[in-house]
Amino acid sequence: MTHSAETIAEHGLTPDEYDRFVSSIGREPTLLELGIVSVMWSEHCSYKSSRRHLKTLPTTGERVIHGPGENAGVVDIGDGQAVIFKMESHNHPSFIEPYQGAATGVGGIMRDVFTMGARPVALLNALRFGAIDHPKTKHLLSGVVAGIGGYGNCMGVPTVAGETGFDPRYNGNILVNAMCVGIADTDKIFLSVAKGAGNPVVYVGSKTGRDGIHGATMASAEFDEASEEKRPTVQVGDPFMEKLLLEACLELMAEDAILAIQDMGAAGLTSSSVEMASGGVAAGEGGIHLKLDDVPQREDGMTAYEMMLSESQERMLMVLKPGAEDKARAIFEKWEVDFAVIGHTTAIGNLVIEHKGEVECDLPLGPLADEAPNYDRPQAELEPPAPLEDPVRSYREVEVRLTTGEKPIAEIAEALVGETLAEKDGVDAVGVSLTELEARIYARLTENGASVGEAFVTAAKNLESAGVVGGASTEEATSEINLANQPGGDPLTLALRKLMASPELCSRRWITQQYDHTVMADTLQQGGDAGIVRVHGTNKALAVTADCTPRYCAMHPVEGGRQAVAEACRNLSAVGAEPIAITNCLNFGNPEKPEIMAGFVGCIRGLGEASEALGAPVVSGNVSLYNETDGSPIPHTPAIGAVGLLQDADKRASMAGAESGDALVSIGVTRGHLGQSLYLRTLFGIEEGAPPPVDLKAEAETGAFIRRAIADGRVSAVHDVSDGGLLVAAAEMCLAGGMGLALTTSVGSRRAAYWFGEDQARYLCAVPAEAADNFVLKAAMAGLQASRLGIFGGEQIILDGDDRIDVTDLAAAHEATIPDLFRLEEDRLMPMKESEIKEMVLAAMPDAEIEIEDLAGDGDHYRARIVSSAFQGLNRVQQHQLVYRALGGKMGDTLHALALETVAK
Amino acid sequence: MKTAVIVFPASNCDRDAQVALRQVTGQEPHMVWHAESELPEGLDLVVLPGGFAHGDYLRTGAIAARAKIMDAVKKRAESGGATLGICNGFQILCEAGLLPGALMSNTNQHFISREATLRVGETDSPYTKGYAAGDYTRFPVAHHDGNYQASDEDLDRLEGEGRVAFRYVEPINGSARSIAGITSADGRTLGLMPHPERDMAEGGRGRVFFERMVEGLAA
Repeated sequence: MTHSAETIAEHGLTPDEYDRFVSSIGREPTLLELGIVSVMWSEHCSYKSSRRHLKTLPTTGERVIHGPGENAGVVDIGDGQAVIFKMESHNHPSFIEPYQGAATGVGGIMRDVFTMGARPVALLNALRFGAIDHPKTKHLLSGVVAGIGGYGNCMGVPTVAGETGFDPRYNGNILVNAMCVGIADTDKIFLSVAKGAGNPVVYVGSKTGRDGIHGATMASAEFDEASEEKRPTVQVGDPFMEKLLLEACLELMAEDAILAIQDMGAAGLTSSSVEMASGGVAAGEGGIHLKLDDVPQREDGMTAYEMMLSESQERMLMVLKPGAEDKARAIFEKWEVDFAVIGHTTAIGNLVIEHKGEVECDLPLGPLADEAPNYDRPQAELEPPAPLEDPVRSYREVEVRLTTGEKPIAEIAEALVGETLAEKDGVDAVGVSLTELEARIYARLTENGASVGEAFVTAAKNLESAGVVGGASTEEATSEINLANQPGGDPLTLALRKLMASPELCSRRWITQQYDHTVMADTLQQGGDAGIVRVHGTNKALAVTADCTPRYCAMHPVEGGRQAVAEACRNLSAVGAEPIAITNCLNFGNPEKPEIMAGFVGCIRGLGEASEALGAPVVSGNVSLYNETDGSPIPHTPAIGAVGLLQDADKRASMAGAESGDALVSIGVTRGHLGQSLYLRTLFGIEEGAPPPVDLKAEAETGAFIRRAIADGRVSAVHDVSDGGLLVAAAEMCLAGGMGLALTTSVGSRRAAYWFGEDQARYLCAVPAEAADNFVLKAAMAGLQASRLGIFGGEQIILDGDDRIDVTDLAAAHEATIPDLFRLEEDRLMPMKESEIKEMVLAAMPDAEIEIEDLAGDGDHYRARIVSSAFQGLNRVQQHQLVYRALGGKMGDTLHALALETVAK
Repeated sequence: MKTAVIVFPASNCDRDAQVALRQVTGQEPHMVWHAESELPEGLDLVVLPGGFAHGDYLRTGAIAARAKIMDAVKKRAESGGATLGICNGFQILCEAGLLPGALMSNTNQHFISREATLRVGETDSPYTKGYAAGDYTRFPVAHHDGNYQASDEDLDRLEGEGRVAFRYVEPINGSARSIAGITSADGRTLGLMPHPERDMAEGGRGRVFFERMVEGLAA
């Protein structure tokens, strides 16, 4: 059969690749064979652009039982048990159909893990959306989160960690990376390679339908406007079926019946059968013969082509020991899961597919798998970014003084601000101060605010000449502010508040609350620096985290690759766990573009170096290329999933444990690196400069020191320092612990750089006051820089005595950002009567003693003191949240409406 | 104390319930598959665990309530056998007619996984006997359909007969009268939306619930 150029192109093969395939099999392929080679040679299955580069990664180590090449990595955790884990992308399907795309991503990665004999014990995800205010983001965010929850929650596996980013460069191509971690006995690990001929090949799981045909090919192409028409190529998940499949597989695995097992993921029956059958080819064995008539089918009249390329979910292929079929069938029947013998293994090295009495495919396995294309794509030269000079912002400051005329001065001032300054582009700050006789209106304008300033001054003069005010005078000045010293004209805590409410750093509670994180009853921590789950029935625990900083990778791939691994390992050390191995999900644009290819290779180099230096080999991974829409690529996003081991689960740390009076001590060197910082990017839109350099030796040393300090019980709380720098990290500890903190700046200049710079290899520790000197000393003796930054206590974060913010106020700003996206206008604040508040609090907490005062007499601003035993065991932030929520969100979670004092009885 | 946990296809808190019962009774619970027709003899407690029995397809708990084993569970519960339904188990008890009302989707239409502060209502049942009325406790919650609804008549009857065992302090899911758990007329069956079995560490509030329940059942 000869195929037209269009047919070949539709199958995603280049003319060269097609010719290469024809010459390797010595004839033209049948249509089914063309379909099979098209998926096997797709980027998704063949790793043809990435294979040679992935080979450079460190993949072995004392604990590594199976590295890349299997369904998931397998790492020894002692006592006859192993942790099995992998991360995988489901980017394109999730953009097209967010719920199902994300759900099946979770389903797929779980199958990779339980295929190997592990019971999944933790789920993580790494998500990247477009700008938070992009019209599609809300829909994609809510769909993806519901999909992840919908699948993982039903499976009964806790989702304990992850990260979510927002960046306009993902507007047309979101990333949904899911990771699953499982635990198995080291003597019950199942592999995919089927050795030996004549053994039964068994299909279990959902029936095969026409869904998802060519999903792997779709995942290997760029996006354009027509992509959403590809919805039929997105699969639909059935977590109920997967739960049955999981339990049935684990039950069968406990018997001595399975020779090999492989899940049907991308490219379904094709890739699972090729992967199983091709393992032995090199040794002169291998081969598989399938009879598709016996495949459980959802619809009538399916062709061999449709069955082989279907990506219906929740299916597995197994090779059983001869004679084990009946035992296996009984288990699957108990769980009401389809079970069918659909072929046998051979030793002829071919994939043979028979349907309705005809052989429709008879291909040698070599060209499909090991001999698939392996490209060395051209790379552009990488230019290291120029270091960033401290940026300076120039402001024009204008002050207008109005004296009283015929109308009340306050009203005039308000009208003037509303007309000329409020919500105008180029206005950085506005201040109004009033006396009975005079109004002073201050405006700070950025460079593009010149015309606003003129309009403001002109309007004031017009008021004077019209006689509305008694007089108007103007003062103007220009100020140059070094942003490394000060955030524009703002105090540092105001900048902190803005950062903590920004999409990058705001609370993810709206997201994580939709994931069951306590099922299995072994979760010791969700969120924080790393999720922690107990190894069931033992006192050991696994810590897990997912990390990447794409803005670093985009600017400097090698440094970004190093940083992603360093931060992941730091997060594990921050809870006291020793990093033991990592997985990755490498999301990049079109590898045929030399600058993308160079970024890919650079990131791999960086992450390989860090993985080597930090003793965390890469044991599994996934590559997702062609993440582009209409030619515009995502920033390089090599997401890292890391797993750490806690030998004693009781010796762990969280960022929430600080006690009043504890000293806050930083470990590591603070230089105030502002290049690529969130501070400059979020507050000033400056995305220049090199990312912070990563000193891998320092990472290893600080990590070891922190882990030892936790194991020795010398610290009450620990947090790694990353996005947003010291002040953000310190504030996160305050929010987690519901406690204030008094800080002192130890540098004379570059204060903002000191507090917001993103130097690497740093941690913050809360240390009991009496032990703090000794702790600093110990660090010094270990060759590390330790600095006392402040003392925990009170209800405010206070910087150098006078710059302060209430922790509850900061918490409210931090919590509101994502819920506000979804809050309807009518749900916002509404005035309430004093008696109504009292009634609602009493209905929820009948033992409450309430004193309440209407501050402004407007039914909108109250101060209340509430005493109840419901507050026992909760920190201040949690106590306040309990009250706000008891009021049914009517106070809008904002503290300005209800100033609270809560006391536990 | 002899206990059993019913296992439905896609129950997923069956192991958690098993571990919790083992911890507080010192005995291995019987794990009973939904397709069985009989319960072991002499049980002191049957637990319907959380999860997504039968995928919660149709309505939560609706298919599970018609499982073969449910005839035996119902018969035993109706003659006063202590029965605890947690989360999905509560939904199944309602669908099986052992408790009034139904659990609808949370008002925010999202799955909710967090800790929730609860207030103990009545203390007549073996499950709440160890608490004082008005006590507070805090359990993990994890559900999509935890919004308890019943007719005003039924709600008045539940309150009038002292059958509201637990209420949410915060209105997390839209439940009528903040109901988190109710008992049967004889107090021997409890449907509870939150998950005490997930907080079984020494001194954990869930552990306290289970320990007091064992005492309450023994009394």
